[in-house]
Amino acid sequence: MISFLDHLISGINLGSVYALIALGYSMVYGIAKMLNFAHGDVIMIGAYISFCTGHYLGLPAVVSVLLSVAVCTILGIVIEGLAYKPLRQAGSLAVLITAIGVSYFLQNAAQLIFGPNPVQFPSIVKMGNISLLDGKLLIKSISIVTILCGITIMLVLTWFTGKTRTGRAMRAVSEDKGAAQLMGINVNRTISITFAIGSALAAIAGVLLCSSYPTLMPTTGSMPGIKAFTAAVFGGIGSIPGAMLGGVLLGLIEIFGKAYISSELGDAIVFAVLIVVLLFKPTGLLGKQIREKV
Amino acid sequence: MSQILKIDDINVFYGSIHAIKGISLEVNEGEIVTLIGANGAGKTTTLHTVSGLLRPRSGSIQFCGEDITRIPAHKLVERGLAHCPEGRRIFLQMTVQENLDMGAYIRRDDFSASLDEVYELFPRLKERRKQVAGTLSGGEQQMLAMGRALMSKPKLLMLDEPSMGLAPILVEQIFDIIKNLHAVGTTILLVEQNAQAALSIADRAYVLETGKITLSGTGAELAKSDEVRKAYLGG
Repeated sequence: MISFLDHLISGINLGSVYALIALGYSMVYGIAKMLNFAHGDVIMIGAYISFCTGHYLGLPAVVSVLLSVAVCTILGIVIEGLAYKPLRQAGSLAVLITAIGVSYFLQNAAQLIFGPNPVQFPSIVKMGNISLLDGKLLIKSISIVTILCGITIMLVLTWFTGKTRTGRAMRAVSEDKGAAQLMGINVNRTISITFAIGSALAAIAGVLLCSSYPTLMPTTGSMPGIKAFTAAVFGGIGSIPGAMLGGVLLGLIEIFGKAYISSELGDAIVFAVLIVVLLFKPTGLLGKQIREKV
Repeated sequence: MSQILKIDDINVFYGSIHAIKGISLEVNEGEIVTLIGANGAGKTTTLHTVSGLLRPRSGSIQFCGEDITRIPAHKLVERGLAHCPEGRRIFLQMTVQENLDMGAYIRRDDFSASLDEVYELFPRLKERRKQVAGTLSGGEQQMLAMGRALMSKPKLLMLDEPSMGLAPILVEQIFDIIKNLHAVGTTILLVEQNAQAALSIADRAYVLETGKITLSGTGAELAKSDEVRKAYLGG
């Protein structure tokens, strides 16, 4: 029972990180209709920025996280402007290949700047563990911070896309770029903002991920990136609650799969579940199918 | 009567296909001008070029005396150009109310008066304002598209095939609404395949054939013209 609760909390913890990454994937897909495979590597950059500013410059954790968010936000806008914007009229295959190229570029740039060897990432939450049930159940404080971050960000994003002018513009662009332009919406600016938000979330996800799983190296972002992409598809790509749900479920499946079925097959189980879901519901759990009336 | 829109000898290409071959036309304040022609004649392309979704390779477009040929689409709305596109293109996942709010996206003032006007014009929309637009019938979706375009308080309303795919009774309703809009002083550029209905309400009309204007005149003149009767009005 205790170990079940333990796994449950780790699962939600890992799932919240996947969810934050998946949100970035999903929002960018919804608006730019492209899969930004470099998204996972932005996570890694975010973690390195936080590591360097916290470890080498000795800045407080909050400041180092904010700096990492700022750098990744700008990075996201720059990547979009330099690599993807010139391809706005190009085929989706060209954009996809470019995204993979950007991914390798970021990994290699990180290797050049930070070196290929893994570094030990110190958790940004310095508080001790919380013990429950007479000390039988230990909850890491980083888990609580991660889960709270996930919930808060999801609520803020839901409010943002539903109620603000920019958020509504994003929804309009995701439905119909041409019609959005005819409403007076600057589509390019809206896409930039989406990349900025997605990359900011990636920075937070990177810091939280490395606080729980402290090995940081230039390829750290790629596997969580792919799993978060899976989570986004699983939940219904383009949908904000879908990304959140997909992320948390994926984290739970991974941790429980590793704990109760096979630790070697954990990742295989994750992807098997994805395949099964897509066979029965191709739009993902919360994905909508839109029928157009003629 | 001041000139709202002046298209001067524009040429538009899709890749190597020469879709619009030197079209010139004008719309004056308070007029309904209609652009009729068969499928593929270039009617929609012309509207897309005016609203900035397409760029002409040569020629110029003036709107209220300003050259707008190179101005991006999203900046034309605030200048008073509203384009209600072919196929309605409403936001299907948003509610009726949210769609109308999007129509007023560029407005920083209080647009509740415009909202009331649109709801007065289309009472059906008011009944369904909380409903998701994808669940509306075709006629209601057309009304929503027109209402959304009106929310920006345009100086020129461009309507692209508002009667497309609608039952005859609804077509009549839509044309009545266009007449009403005209009566309160809205300037309208109407693109239609339903030539008879369009000519009956238009002040002036242009006939477009494979990218060129072949005839122009008042609505009544063209409705009587032999060429138009043969080609579009069934003899």
